[in-house]
Amino acid sequence: MTQYSAFRLFREGLRGHKGWGKAWRSPTLQRAYDVVIIGGGGHGLATAYYLARNHGIRRVAVLEKGWLGGGNTGRNTTAIRSNYFYPESAALYDLSVRLYEGLSKELNYNVMFSQRGMLVCAHSEHDMEMATRQYNAMRLNGIDAELLTREEIRKRVPILNVSDTARFPVHGGVNQPRGGTGRHDAVAWGYARAADRLGVDIIQNCEVQGFVMEAGRCVGVQTSHGEVRAGVVGAAVAGHSSVLGQLAGYDLPIHSYALQAFVSEPIKPVLDTVVLAPAYGTYVSQSDKGGLVLGGGLDRVPSYGQRGNMPVQEGVIGSLIEMMPALAKVKLLRHWGGIVDVTPDSSPILGPSGVDGIYLNCGWGTGGFKAIPAGGYLFAHLLATGQHTDISRPFDLSRFKTGRLVDESAASGIAH
Amino acid sequence: MQIFTCPFCGPRDEREFHFVAEQGKVRPDTTQSVSDADWAAYLHTQRNEKGRVREVWMHTTCDEVFVMERHSVSMEVLATTALRKEST
Ligand SMILES: Cc1cc2nc3c(=O)[nH]c(=O)nc-3n(C[C@H](O)[C@H](O)[C@H](O)COP(=O)(O)OP(=O)(O)OC[C@H]3O[C@@H](n4cnc5c(N)ncnc54)[C@H](O)[C@@H]3O)c2cc1C
Repeated sequence: MTQYSAFRLFREGLRGHKGWGKAWRSPTLQRAYDVVIIGGGGHGLATAYYLARNHGIRRVAVLEKGWLGGGNTGRNTTAIRSNYFYPESAALYDLSVRLYEGLSKELNYNVMFSQRGMLVCAHSEHDMEMATRQYNAMRLNGIDAELLTREEIRKRVPILNVSDTARFPVHGGVNQPRGGTGRHDAVAWGYARAADRLGVDIIQNCEVQGFVMEAGRCVGVQTSHGEVRAGVVGAAVAGHSSVLGQLAGYDLPIHSYALQAFVSEPIKPVLDTVVLAPAYGTYVSQSDKGGLVLGGGLDRVPSYGQRGNMPVQEGVIGSLIEMMPALAKVKLLRHWGGIVDVTPDSSPILGPSGVDGIYLNCGWGTGGFKAIPAGGYLFAHLLATGQHTDISRPFDLSRFKTGRLVDESAASGIAH
Repeated sequence: MQIFTCPFCGPRDEREFHFVAEQGKVRPDTTQSVSDADWAAYLHTQRNEKGRVREVWMHTTCDEVFVMERHSVSMEVLATTALRKEST
């Protein structure tokens, strides 16, 4: 397997890029594994990598019904942050940000994590008080945060309309300097390549269609490539979590919705941070290629229809033009949707499913790209040991019975 | 825009409608004691089916509450039926 480096890039450049090998194998499915992971998105692939790296478990298969990262991992707007309200969430998402900080080096794959900051605007005096509360909570949670005035925001994001004539004037905001963006495909591919190097079998175009049960325990899965035995099964299928639950016989508190995103034609650099304006319900950043990457709130109709639609498009684009009127003439390049798994408290589910032998990594909803390293790290620990760590325990499925929810829905900026 | 049919007003823009819940959940009898598991299931468990679904919706401009049958992948609306009881 080729080690990537600046020297290698230079050498390949001189030879017409003909010497690059495949980044991972395409193995055939074996009859049995210690761990079978369903879903080749970021969470499934990261889990496989950490199983091999942290726990020495290498007889691992990742089964993906389509192609790697073809689910939400390749469809998201790549915002990475840990600006959460509750200590449980901050511990989880900041573990992720810290892992992202070293990820390109660890995986020998450039995931282009750019800590360009994540600014959440406040649009009224009352918003400003809530912003201060958010800032204080973040500082108490040990997360970097800055409370900015309107003047400071004007200087930092000159393209943002902060004038009194704006539809929703900007009074100030909270910034997380360590927040930013990454390259979504690279996160999936980087983990896939690193997991493959450690012996993990990644099987694409392989759909899980049923579970093999013996004496009340799941001992394998039925797939479009035949039956596979598994010591333990981990499901990381995002919007399709309930579909698997119905096959296996566990209940979930999840609604699947489409979440949409948009990218514009490439333009010269105009924005060097991520800006979320909650009153408008829109957030935007600019990619290294120059495209404006924007998104908004969830569709209001539960759905498995993986595509965009007009009501949200009108809302998001109308809002962008109010936020940054200079962009009114910019053309849209693409528009798409992904199916996200939304829980009642907008927090993920990590832990046993209720069916012996099956564990869950799901419920990330609209915000699980930022959590891929931590989700994989903690899920690998669960699958290897059957035990929670202190960071994953609050996110166990049992919280819906005990009532101890981690209710981030009100604190996450856009009310999803 | 997609058109949904309100049983009271007829065909209208989808943005006038609000999803309420999956149809068919029965509130546990709270005059008796209810287990944590039953109450949690009532509050939180969703069928979340891929394919044909039956859901309770509200037309927010006239407050009509009704059952909509639709397909959760194609988004095709198959039927809408009022939940109103006839007054006696
Ligand atoms: C438009 C949009 C914008 C977003 N923006 C952000 C953002 O800015 N920041 C952020 O942190 N998060 C964001 N998210 C959320 C984030 O993308 C997801 O939470 C995250 O990617 C989930 O990763 P995953 O690996 O769990 O799921 P996925 O990447 O969806 O992977 C699940 C995989 O499971 C496969 N699968 C399903 N069923 C089966 C089966 N039966 N057998 C085999 N394989 C199966 C699917 O094909 C899929 O590839 C956004 C999401 C969307 C849709």
